Amino acid sequence: MSLKPATLSQADAIIGQYPHKRSATMPLLHLVQEDRGYINDADMAWVAEKVGVTPMQVLEVVTFYPMFRREPIGRRHIRVCRTLSCALRGSYALMASLEKSLNCKRGETSADGNFTIEFVECIADCGCGPVVQVDHAMHENVTPDKAEAFAAKIRTSLTDTNYGKTAPQPGTPEWNG
Amino acid sequence: MPAVERPLIYANLRQPGYTVDIDCYLRHGGYDALKKAVAMKPEDVCKEVETSGLRGRGGAGFPTGMKWKFLDRKSGKPAYLVVNADESEPGTYKDRQIIYKDPHQMLEGIAITAWAIQAKQAFIYIRGEFQHGAKILERAIVEAKAKNFLGQNILGSNYSCEVVVHRGGGCYVCGEETGLIESLEGKRGYPRIKPPYFPAVLGLYNCPTIVNNAETMAQVKHVLAFGGAEFAKIGIPGDSGTHIWGVSGLVKRPGLYEIEAGKATFGELLYDLCGGPLDGRKFKAIIPGGSSTKILKFGERFKGKLPNGTEFDWALEDIPLDSNSIAACGTGLGTGGTIALDDSVEMIQALSNLNAFYAHETCGQCTPCREGSLWLSRVSKRITTGGGMETDVPLLLDIANQVAGRTICAHGEAVAWPVQSAVPKFKDEYLESIRRRQRGEEVNGLRLI
Ligand SMILES: Cc1cc2nc3c(=O)[nH]c(=O)nc-3n(C[C@H](O)[C@H](O)[C@H](O)COP(=O)(O)O)c2cc1C
Ligand code: SF4
Ligand code: FES
Repeated sequence: MSLKPATLSQADAIIGQYPHKRSATMPLLHLVQEDRGYINDADMAWVAEKVGVTPMQVLEVVTFYPMFRREPIGRRHIRVCRTLSCALRGSYALMASLEKSLNCKRGETSADGNFTIEFVECIADCGCGPVVQVDHAMHENVTPDKAEAFAAKIRTSLTDTNYGKTAPQPGTPEWNG
Repeated sequence: MPAVERPLIYANLRQPGYTVDIDCYLRHGGYDALKKAVAMKPEDVCKEVETSGLRGRGGAGFPTGMKWKFLDRKSGKPAYLVVNADESEPGTYKDRQIIYKDPHQMLEGIAITAWAIQAKQAFIYIRGEFQHGAKILERAIVEAKAKNFLGQNILGSNYSCEVVVHRGGGCYVCGEETGLIESLEGKRGYPRIKPPYFPAVLGLYNCPTIVNNAETMAQVKHVLAFGGAEFAKIGIPGDSGTHIWGVSGLVKRPGLYEIEAGKATFGELLYDLCGGPLDGRKFKAIIPGGSSTKILKFGERFKGKLPNGTEFDWALEDIPLDSNSIAACGTGLGTGGTIALDDSVEMIQALSNLNAFYAHETCGQCTPCREGSLWLSRVSKRITTGGGMETDVPLLLDIANQVAGRTICAHGEAVAWPVQSAVPKFKDEYLESIRRRQRGEEVNGLRLI
């Protein structure tokens, strides 16, 4: 599968923002990942050529940053913060409930390919813990007692044809994402 | 007297109906400070900031005016401004509000700073997870350029400055300024060795670079709005302006409280503003300024001398909220991200949670930090899972002592400080946690790891 023409056409504008091309490595990787969902070897070769480094130098970057993925993930990417402030508000119990409700273990993708659940480190929303980032949206105060309803909401979103397409409104999870 | 807030940075964004668009910002006096700055000589703007006594809000509290003075202007190389919006210190969530709710306030500070240091290019390094935040900033930059506050020939002058938003990839160590610079150059975020790589001399692309925190930029706007001397009157001598206290964890009302430096105490913050502990609980400890700062225990007495010679003898509740007082109690104001722990918390689990964070985030360049963080995490975790021995408690301290001061960047201290401060204060409780598990007793309650 190749990248969309819209992705390819943005590359030069991004590179042009930097005094040195190599600085565009991460922005291009983000671009690729937003297009395909993950980054493959051909993508890395493409980025390497674009920014004038070797594919190995791009691989070094991809493997350093936790946000970059080299494998496809589930249709919904669920990131639960596990760091102290959120943990104090119940993120470990929340994770255990979500694993059960969505039938998916942490760090894995569910067998039906619908969900990937991960523990992540602090995502800078500590006063509203536990926080959960689901794709583009940031959900706050997801206490363990709300886990099942939360899981149900994520499941329902699978059939929402407008998912991720509406403009975020201030104060909503989409805005804070 | 109960603590009162003095919103400066958050004054506008807290108002109902306040929006992120430039028209709203202009209705609130937006970009007036930039107009003032551009009418002044760049070196005079630097002087205002120096007079203001503003300290950086990224955690280390370095005086901003002094930092700008270190900029190497003789090399003839272009100067860069890099704004640190990586906000990744656990417990810290203050910059997020500015980015998501009042981006122009930060951009105005950036424009003023860029003018002051004569940078023609600024970068905002924003943590990768702030996906929409990056878009909000990009939109705000387009608006500011359209009104000529950024971009070519700013406000009709012959000075131009471009601002680019650059997204990180989820690495804590890229908040460290030299790791951030490497990352911005398109590499792994390995922090650089200082010397020689002081950003002000050999920063981005080996050019002179100023790295300032996102909130510091917003504060600069107010320095110009008030004038340096007036700004210096907010707060106390040696620590001017407001501090945003982002309280999280086990309090009734977690949240962000903006308080004039030194004008309230931890007790007032935690009881008056945050509503005290949860019902039926008692406070046990706080981590005052982000997870890397040293823990303070309720019931401790803090005695010593302030830099101005005043002697003090405080309970935790009495400590004034300014950087000198907090430093004199053996910890730091850091980012103001206070994490509150109560008597329901098993302290070894809290420590283990943080140790896991640092083990995950070490970049691996320095052996003490790489190995030390992993061993601290393993040893504290094995205590929580029942495999601990009493010798593990001194072992934790021993490992931490071999990390601090022996690494390239301050991540080494971030690894060591939580352990070095907590082990002496909670040793007995840790030992009890080990023995309880050895006796096969059930450990109920909140799980933190
Ligand atoms: C491991 C580590 C992580 C850091 N993370 C951040 C961060 O997320 N945001 C930030 O502004 N400063 C962070 N800092 C501090 C920066 O290195 C730097 O001191 C700061 O951005 C300077 O800005 P200031 O002078 O305006 O405070 C971090 C430091 C270390 C050692
Ligand atoms: S102290 Fe740790 S994070 Fe910093 S450079 Fe060394 S290994 Fe990397
Ligand atoms: S600890 Fe969860 S967002 Fe900071």
